[in-house]
Amino acid sequence: MSLLAPVAGLGRATLGLLAALGRVAFFAGQVLSHMLRPPFYLREFLHAVMQIGWFSLPVVGMTAVFTGGALALQIYSGGARFNAELVVPNIVAIGMVRELGPVLGGLMVAARVASSIAAEIGTMKVTEQIDALVTLSTNPIKYLAVPRVAAATLTVPVLVAVGDAIGIVGGWLVSVNRLGFNSATYLQSTVNFLEGWDITSGLIKGAVFGFIVALMGCYHGMTSGRGAQGVGQATKSAVVAASVMILATNYLLTGLFFTS
Amino acid sequence: MIALRQVTRSFGRNAVLRGVSLDIPSGQSMVIIGGSGTGKSVLLKCILGLVRPDGGTITLDGQDVTKVERDAFLARFGMLFQGGALFDSMRVWENVAFRLLRGGAKQSKAEARDRAIEKLRRVGLTPDVADLYPAELSGGMQKRVGLARAIAAEPEIIFFDEPTTGLDPIMAGVINALIREIVTEMGATAITITHDMSSVRAIADKVAMLHAGVIQWTGSVGELDTTPDPYVQQFIHGRAEGPIAAIR
Repeated sequence: MSLLAPVAGLGRATLGLLAALGRVAFFAGQVLSHMLRPPFYLREFLHAVMQIGWFSLPVVGMTAVFTGGALALQIYSGGARFNAELVVPNIVAIGMVRELGPVLGGLMVAARVASSIAAEIGTMKVTEQIDALVTLSTNPIKYLAVPRVAAATLTVPVLVAVGDAIGIVGGWLVSVNRLGFNSATYLQSTVNFLEGWDITSGLIKGAVFGFIVALMGCYHGMTSGRGAQGVGQATKSAVVAASVMILATNYLLTGLFFTS
Repeated sequence: MIALRQVTRSFGRNAVLRGVSLDIPSGQSMVIIGGSGTGKSVLLKCILGLVRPDGGTITLDGQDVTKVERDAFLARFGMLFQGGALFDSMRVWENVAFRLLRGGAKQSKAEARDRAIEKLRRVGLTPDVADLYPAELSGGMQKRVGLARAIAAEPEIIFFDEPTTGLDPIMAGVINALIREIVTEMGATAITITHDMSSVRAIADKVAMLHAGVIQWTGSVGELDTTPDPYVQQFIHGRAEGPIAAIR
């Protein structure tokens, strides 16, 4: 084996990664371009809004309420080390709306939606339904990807907003019932502390994460391999790629929004 | 007329089509036979533009199919897929009327539904099937729905990809008879790919045999039994011995 073999392997892996990024970027470009040109499939869009937005509410809500509660306990216990227990409402609020609401909401939607989109479109590909769409003069990207990506981009910020509110309520419930906070003071402190940009930045993150989730689901579904194994692999890849991209993009957006 | 000249297509190192040349005159029913994995489906997909050929030319009425306006080009085609390829999130009538509910020739929902039910009747299905989902149908019924969808917009050219695969002999006979009737009635150009010899005899005006990436033989359906071509004779009699390797 040549001494250069590991270097060659690294080079191949790097080229493979760059090629994959290029394919995803090209696919994203196609989706965005079709988003601006008719025909628009309103029925498919509304169906996607229900599937992605409405039916994700329970899982996002449950995640948010428990996260808000746990956050309150952690901040109270950590804050007690330097007599800062009273910051609980402030940190719960800012933590939820700036970071945990969008990131956990995005990850839960990635788990639920990216997998289901990839499995659905992957199965359509394997059973030749996508070829059938083409023969029926219907562009699969326009018909399958655009409604889902548009719906996720618009509904995930709403889910994030609902998740933020539920998370703050979770922190409030724990703080009032277990940590002895006064209810009115807690709520007043939360309202006084939060700024408009804290909320807006979280909603922007939600829109970006929604775009990523649906894009990854559609991309991996449309590039799915053959058979059940191919669809399974596409589903797994969609969730992993969406989750990693959400976390990486979150870091970049946080840097962009909150450091000058 | 559809004309293919030296069409080639490889997948990785596997050269599936190695120079296919074939003419399909308008109004004729051509059946392409050949073993599994010989590229019959790839050939159909190359004509439709679902798979891009590596080389060669494909023309429809003298126009290169890669240079024509896609929507107008595809509007001339109907296709019955091997597994039906019905959209399982839609009701049967919505599948059949898919093209009628969208695009330039869009019809109202009521008109499209009426047309779908008429086409379902044409393939021997009753109107009560219209509101079912594809998963609620048997394999034979799904093929019929696929056939109804293929003919719904009354295309000039219809492709049938393994129309009888997975069906019992009686249902296969019903589908073969339906295809023959519909193609004759509509005056459509038809290309069927199959390795089912009963389909060949029921559907074909002309037969082409695809083997090793090229058209090995062409002739009328009547010449099938009399041709001395050893590839055709081995294939139609299903012999293990002959020029076609049994293990591929």
